[in-house]
Amino acid sequence: MIPSPLQSLSWPWRITWVYLTFFLFIPMVALLLRALTLSPAEIWRIATDPVALSTYNVTFLTALAAGAINGVAGLITAWVLVRYEFPGKRFLDAVIDLPFALPTAVAGLTLSTIYSNNGWIGGLLAPYGIKVSFTRLGVLVAMIFISLPFVVRTVQPVLQEMEAEAEEAAWSLGASPWQTFWRVLLPPLMPAILTGVALGFSRAVGEYGSVVIIAGNIPFKDLIAPVLIIQRLEQFDYAGATVVGSVLLLISLLALLLINFLQSQGRRYL
Amino acid sequence: MTDVLPPSRGLTPTAARPRVNWVKWGLISLVVAYLALLLLVPALNVVVQALKGGWASLGTVFTSRFFLNALRLTLIATLITVPLNTVFGLCAALAIANKTFPGRTLLISIIDLPFSISPVVAGLMLVLLYGNNGWFGPLLQAGEIKIIFALPGIVMATIFVTMPFIAREVLPALEESGTEQEEAAATLGATSWQTFWRVTLPSIKWSLLYGLILCNARAMGEFGAVAVVSGNITGKTQTLPLFIEEAHAQYDNPAAYGAALLLGCLAVVTLVLKYLLERNTHVRRTYH
Repeated sequence: MIPSPLQSLSWPWRITWVYLTFFLFIPMVALLLRALTLSPAEIWRIATDPVALSTYNVTFLTALAAGAINGVAGLITAWVLVRYEFPGKRFLDAVIDLPFALPTAVAGLTLSTIYSNNGWIGGLLAPYGIKVSFTRLGVLVAMIFISLPFVVRTVQPVLQEMEAEAEEAAWSLGASPWQTFWRVLLPPLMPAILTGVALGFSRAVGEYGSVVIIAGNIPFKDLIAPVLIIQRLEQFDYAGATVVGSVLLLISLLALLLINFLQSQGRRYL
Repeated sequence: MTDVLPPSRGLTPTAARPRVNWVKWGLISLVVAYLALLLLVPALNVVVQALKGGWASLGTVFTSRFFLNALRLTLIATLITVPLNTVFGLCAALAIANKTFPGRTLLISIIDLPFSISPVVAGLMLVLLYGNNGWFGPLLQAGEIKIIFALPGIVMATIFVTMPFIAREVLPALEESGTEQEEAAATLGATSWQTFWRVTLPSIKWSLLYGLILCNARAMGEFGAVAVVSGNITGKTQTLPLFIEEAHAQYDNPAAYGAALLLGCLAVVTLVLKYLLERNTHVRRTYH
């Protein structure tokens, strides 16, 4: 990566690299070097400790479930916002971004109140024995909340570009609405949907603020990996925090690679 | 019905319309219900809970010492973070836009990296670097400089998580406006500084504003990264989101919801500004 002499001299170029080095590269290297001071056997022992394993289970499976739910819901939402006219449409479109604008502490606070046993929605579910706040279901609700906008916002522009002609052609050739959906609409939308799901998943995996407030944070039940890192730090268990943090970092980087791959797939369709 | 007129189904209005409308309104209701359960009802709840005790109780919360300290710290951290990230974002966008060099795509991905890293992991990195047990710990202790459990740590954590916002909004705008005007200004004898202020900045101002709004909202609301580095010392290193968490943990609902109402208003202002910018300008929404 050798920039031309002119670029290497320009001030924007220099400031960019100094800033990145100081605020991004050095901290990342600090984490990786700290992890490397441990022996491989030790890393493996800490990374696969039963509590750590249970937090991966809760974090990744719940984030995956949130991603899948938002994949379907986001597709329907994007469809409704692009293809239909109805009163209040602009308002709904603007409200979709609320999870990006609302601090996660506020989200966790209000969701935990509403979905608690005597809350507005939790109170309706309690008679059926469904508890949301302070359970893994609460973690799911928080994760769905914070990853809600991604699929809507990745699918919306693709849907806008798509011509209604292909659907009309399928209709007039006698395809059922169901066939039209599966064979004509879904394939070109798939890369956008998967990109949105992957973005939402990666956001949900790293989420701390809203989950820590709505969950009970009990190991083997609803403790997520980011909360475990903080608990380990509070016990001055730096090795434990470092290893779990590195596992999370690794998964984030893999998710990023997947997202980049999906986006390059999406470009081929357009 | 189908065995009478199979191919012309879409052309017979009487047969097709009621069916399509049913699907349309069914889907709209589904979406409204989904968004109500997850977004609208929770947002409404913040207002209702905050005003439950009346304006007087809200006033008590807003004038309490710990609340004011948390608000002050949040504002200070934001006021340091946002300008620094603006300078970085503009520099990064100027360095990358309309240029080709090896590793360009990689550099863009690197700038986006903080969005993929869990804020808690970002905070952990800073603790491992500047904490008492960290790489620079002994050095900082010798110089009696406190970064972790103090304002510099909070600022660095906030900078980390909000780093990409400005760059990713300004970069596409710069690419779209091209380099012709800058070249013209340069031929007419403008210095690069003049060109930036008089030509480049006006052409990207809306995208810059858009990035600023998003960066500001995230900086004021950041929780995970700050929670790791701040130590959460009430009245000293507690930001507003941490204040909310602690008030909630101590069952002090009026305080938690008072602070939540304030941050909720910030979210509403953010959404309104965002909406106006998207409607009145050609700012693109970029989500990666």
